Order: sequence, then structure tokens, then C-alpha cells
Amino acid sequence: MYQYDQYDQAMVDARVAEFRDQVNRRLAGEMTEDQFKPLRLKNGLYLQLHAYMLRVAIPYGTLNSAQMRMLGDIADKYDRGYGHFTTRQNIQYNWIKLEDAGDILADLASVEMHAIQTSGNCIRNTTADQFAGAAADELEDPRPYAELLRQWSTFHPEFDYLPRKFKVAIIGSDTDRAAMKLHDIGIQIVKNAAGEIGCRFYVGGGMGRTPMIAPVIGDFVPPLQMISYLEACLRVYNRYGRRDNKYKARIKILVHEIGADEYRRQVEEEFAHILTLGLEPPPAELERIKGYFADPGFETGLSGDIDRSDPDFALWLDQNVHAHKQPGYAIVTISLKPTGGIPGDASADQIRLMADLAKAHSFDELRVTHAQNIVLPHVKKADLYALWQKLDAAGLASANLDLISDIIACPGLDYCSLANARSIPVAQKISERFADLGRQRELGELKLKISGCINACGHHHAGHIGILGVDRKGVENYQLLLGGSEGADTSLGTITGPGFNEDGIVDAVEKATDVYLAQRTDGERFLDTYRRIGMAPFKEAIYG
Amino acid sequence: MKVLTGNDLKTGDVIWWTGEGWSRHVNDAVDAGEHPEAILAREEAAQRVVGSYAIDASVTGEGVRPAHIKERIRALGPTVRLDLSLKPADPAAGNWVI
Amino acid sequence: MVENALRYRDDEPVADPAVTVDAFAEQTNASAVRIEPGDDARILLPHLGRLSLVEVNFPAYTDGRGYSAARILREHGYDGELRAVGDVLLDQLSHMRRCGFDSFAPNQAIDRAAADKALATWPEVYQKTVDGRAAIWAKRHGLA
Repeated sequence: MYQYDQYDQAMVDARVAEFRDQVNRRLAGEMTEDQFKPLRLKNGLYLQLHAYMLRVAIPYGTLNSAQMRMLGDIADKYDRGYGHFTTRQNIQYNWIKLEDAGDILADLASVEMHAIQTSGNCIRNTTADQFAGAAADELEDPRPYAELLRQWSTFHPEFDYLPRKFKVAIIGSDTDRAAMKLHDIGIQIVKNAAGEIGCRFYVGGGMGRTPMIAPVIGDFVPPLQMISYLEACLRVYNRYGRRDNKYKARIKILVHEIGADEYRRQVEEEFAHILTLGLEPPPAELERIKGYFADPGFETGLSGDIDRSDPDFALWLDQNVHAHKQPGYAIVTISLKPTGGIPGDASADQIRLMADLAKAHSFDELRVTHAQNIVLPHVKKADLYALWQKLDAAGLASANLDLISDIIACPGLDYCSLANARSIPVAQKISERFADLGRQRELGELKLKISGCINACGHHHAGHIGILGVDRKGVENYQLLLGGSEGADTSLGTITGPGFNEDGIVDAVEKATDVYLAQRTDGERFLDTYRRIGMAPFKEAIYG
Repeated sequence: MKVLTGNDLKTGDVIWWTGEGWSRHVNDAVDAGEHPEAILAREEAAQRVVGSYAIDASVTGEGVRPAHIKERIRALGPTVRLDLSLKPADPAAGNWVI
Repeated sequence: MVENALRYRDDEPVADPAVTVDAFAEQTNASAVRIEPGDDARILLPHLGRLSLVEVNFPAYTDGRGYSAARILREHGYDGELRAVGDVLLDQLSHMRRCGFDSFAPNQAIDRAAADKALATWPEVYQKTVDGRAAIWAKRHGLA
């Protein structure tokens, strides 16, 4: 894992001092809320429905056990004993006091963490494949590139007041586990015919009220020109992205309106100019960063055998454990989606337990997934049973990864001041309706995603089944979408028809799954069946 | 009637205008009249409240009821964590927001 | 001298009034110009030699186009005064300086000492821009 040197540390320390000063000026009445708001947002401090909310950055979703432990301690010390892991691989605290914000940032800085640019119209925290450095199918570890990107984007002076927020995701496998094409910029590390590594830039994707899948803008950018290319992409956006309407201000609208070819032409022109300026860190810097992401000391010659005699353990093994590139090791995903639970929430004790387990079983490393789960990336197969027992005792062994109860849900109207409807109660009711794990496994891979408003933080456009909460004359109403996906086969869901109340939407989901079970052919997932038979049979079952 | 709500600048707590100050309990809220802007401007300027705004509400047998679900949830707390709400002992408290 | 001006240059301030970009194109003797957010700073590139003051207007501090305009001018060699004008706030000064601004004419006066402190906010910088500061990567690898 990356470790700060004195420069990195100096930057976060300076940020703590700056923000303390800004908070003090606000509390002293030297700044109005209008002036303070964008400054606190650049440190992830929102004013939400009930209180201030602090979003802490977890760069590319990677953290060590000391950092995870600190997240648990902050939940106890400054919040109400829990945190919420988000679809952007970050963590949010819901009950923060403004007067504590400086101290929290100082605590975070003590473990090389921060809340820099976790909100605001700037380059947000970069996300990445949660299996980076561990996946059996990986071409190149994206984390060194993500760290290079983190440093470049941190306090970038030109791009702090963009037309709108800007999200980047980076992956290094063919399998897209990071919804890469639904970001402002998605970077996929690829290999060309000559066997060289390069960055493929997808620009102009996003969800929100106008969902779009990003087109390829830069097919093959040499890794040592990645920063210059980013600089070019952002400059064109900063200059020409729309600022007259915040709902049309994301880069996806610019790329859509002028067309991918014209955007590409402008980027290429800017890129040619920027390459003359020497803005790119030298090759030695990428190598230095790569050094931190070298494989941990994997043991060799380990047995790959696992004792599956405990049936509950075997279920978890089949559902939540993935192949590792190193023989004798596995990737474990800890589901934060217990039946009836709040997707992505973890108590301070659970957070600290996961930190301890990472230290004992995963070379001190954890990941946060965009599906709001936690990954222990490097677990010895021989340790899996003992690990599972500890997770089970803490309520963290739900064997439901990628099943219908592994729901992504935004905080919704229970917490969020932008929401139109509650998301969490719907997620809870669906997970209770499908509580039987045998039934869930019969349904197979089924990604269900719920947003409480059109901003789509719950990725409803990209759910095999998506749910969008709306406000209908002051009453919560839920629309159903089918056919979305966020993987390599990214697609956007289609609304089935009129919306439902809270119980009605749960029934509608069940009817959709019944259609799938009746119509599927061998090996088809829900999504495959939908794509084959189309919307009509589902509509008929739901509204007929 | 119009009642005023916002958050305490320092603590972030949801608060309601009582006519003399701010309370965490919606039942303490009073009718702010037809021109609440002056009160809000004064209280914001005095650093006592942030993000303040006026909403429609009515008085029912149970007390002050904001017209919109959003403010009812603000008044209660998260319906999915009633233990953290203002009515932690009432398992049916969530029904009030609907 | 402009009211509320903060200047980080040693030369004498330019007395000429800044004209609009459109007017500048017609007045071959104008030496000061004001760029609005929607103006393309690249239009000025052929005329950098006769410019001694460029004002970049920020009608609202949230409109960040002026940061790109400033950098583009500096990247192409403009070394005259580059002044941020308008809704210019204390907490934006540091980034503006990094993008090449060397004078500020904020609507609301900023105290010189507070401005100096704000400009010193970042002990190091991650990016190479146009302000001559060595990026952290350059220091790490002995390139600065």
C-alpha cells in the first residue's frame, strides 16, 4: 500500500490547518454561509437532513488496518457509533458537529487520510477496481496510476471550480468491477498489439438525471502521458462545459452536445500543447509509487484445498470468495447487507473487527467496493474457515454477494436533504421478502440498486433491477427499471411504467423475478433473460 | 401556518423557531406569520442557525405536523434508526412521518 | 491605482484602462484588456507582445473559467500583469496565484496580511503549473 512521505504528510497537515482556520472564521462570523459552504464541501462536510455529514476519502477504496481502525474510532468519538460506506468507496458519518470537524481531520491526517475534494465542483476521489493487485484476471494493477492521479488532482489550482463535480474511475482488468463507463472519466489499462501498456480513456459517462455511457476518447494513451491527457480533458471541460444550468453541467452533456469526435479533436489539440510544457511526473515517480504496491510476501507452495464440510461456510465460500492470482490465496468480500439491514452501514465495533481481521489474515489491507461491501484482498485459503467464523459471530457473514439482497441503496430521505423518497426501508423490505438464501441463489446474480432521487447515487440506472424514489404530491412513490448493467456490458435500465408505493414496489420486484424464473433458459441470468425477451412479459406480469 | 426550521450552526442539530429562540422539538414551533424572512435573516446573521427556511405546517392532536414528509423526517430523525431519533422508545414512531 | 488592489509585482502598475476583447481586436494601440468568462483567451496569443495588463473577470467566484484563461496566457509566454478582478475571495488567492495571476482587484477588500498568509497555505505543490514552483515529484527525484 502507498505510504505518505514528508511531502504528502505536509499537504494533509496544511489542509487541517486551513480548514480549522476556515471553520473558526465561520464561527466568528467573518464568513457568511454562502462563502463557507463551498469551502466546507471541499472537505466533504455537508449540511444534511439531520446534521452535518462528513465524507472521508478512501483513495481508490484501499486502506490499511490502522486507517480502518481510525474510521471506527471516529464513529465512536465524534459520531453515533457507526459509519456508512458509499458507492464511491468512501465512508460517511451522519452526525458531525461543525466545531469537531478540525479535530476529525487531524485524527484522519494522523493515519494518512483526509476528506479532501470529497464534494464540490472539483475532481473527486478516484475510484478503482476493488480487486486490484489480487484479481486473477488482472492485466495491470491500477492502484499506482490511481495514486499518481490522486496526487495530481489534489488541490489542482485550475480545476477547483469546474462547471460541476468530476469523478474518475480506473481499472486494470477486462472485467469491470468499478462501473468505469459511468464516470466522467473511466480509464481502462489495456495492452496494444505490440504488448505495450496504455490507458484507454472513456469520457463523458454518468448517471444522474441524464444517464450516459462514456464513449472512447483516447484509445491508447501512453501511461507516462496520462497526467497530460487528463489535464487536456479537464481543461476543455473547464472552458466549455455548460455553466448556465447545473443539470446540464456535467462533462457528459458537453461530450454529447458537441459530439465525441469534436471533443476528442479539442482534447488532442490541447494535449499536443500540454505535452510541450513538461507537466508529466517522470518515469521514476511512477516506479516509486509502484514500489508501494508490490505483492505482499505471499507464501508459495500452499495447498489450495478447503474443507467444505460446514454447509453454511460452503455457501459463503461459493458466493463471497473470488479467485486470487496467487495460488493458495483467495479474495474475500464481506457483505454489509444483512437481511433487514441498512446497506453499507457498519458499527464502530464491526469496523474495528474488520481492521483486526485484515491485520491477521489479509496482509493488513482492506478495500471498499462501490457496491458498499468490504474486501479482504489477500486471504490464505487455509485461513478462510477461521475468518468466516469470526465474521459470522459479528453478523458479517451474509453469503449474498451479487444476489438480490446485495442491494446498493443511497441514504435516501432518511438522511439526505436532496432525496425525494426513502431508499433504505425499500431495501430492507426487499431483503426481508427474499430472506431465504436458497431462493436468492435460485435467482442467481441479480443486481438491485435503489436511488431516492434522480441524482442516482444508488445507481438505479445500472441495476438489473433499478428502483427510483420520487415525490408524487408529497407521497413517496417508486419507479421500477429493468435491464441496466454497469459491467463490461454496461447498459441503462428502462422504466417499466407507473410507479408504486413502498409495499407495491416490493411486490413488483417479486413479480419480475417470477417472470425470469418462468422464462429463463439454461445458464441465463436475470439480465440475460430480460435482454432476450424484452420488457413486454415483465410489464404484463407487473401491471396485467 | 408557517413554521421555521434550520440547523444549529455549531452542532448541526435540527431546530425549530419558538418565537424567542430555537428548540430541537417540533412541538415547540410557533406560527412565524406571513413574513418570516426577516426572522431568518436576523437569526442567520447572528450565527444561531444555518440552512434555515420556512415550511407549511398544521397543528393536530399530536402537536405540530409539518406539511411535507421531508420535514416530518427532520422532526423525528431517521426512520431506519429510531434508536437515534427523538422518540427512541416508540417502535411505531416512524408511522408519523407517512 | 485600482481600489482594493493587491499586487505581487515589482514594476509600475499600468494606468491604461482595460478594454473588452472585442474592442482590443480593433484598437491596435491598446495595451490592457479585460477577459470575461466566456471569452477565448487564445484570441490574445498573437498580441501578447503589446499587452502589459490582462484583467480576468470573475463575476462569480464559482465560475472557474478564468483559471484556465490565466494559465493559457502564461503558458504562451505572457509576462505582463495578470489581474483577477471581481468576486475574488481570500480562499481562492492561492490557486489563482498558481495559475499565473500576480495581482488581484477583489470587490471586497482583502487585508494584505491575510492575503500573504493565504498565499502561503501550501508548503508544497503536487502539480507543475506556471508559477515556477517545483512540483513534489520534481523534488522527490532531484529535478528541482
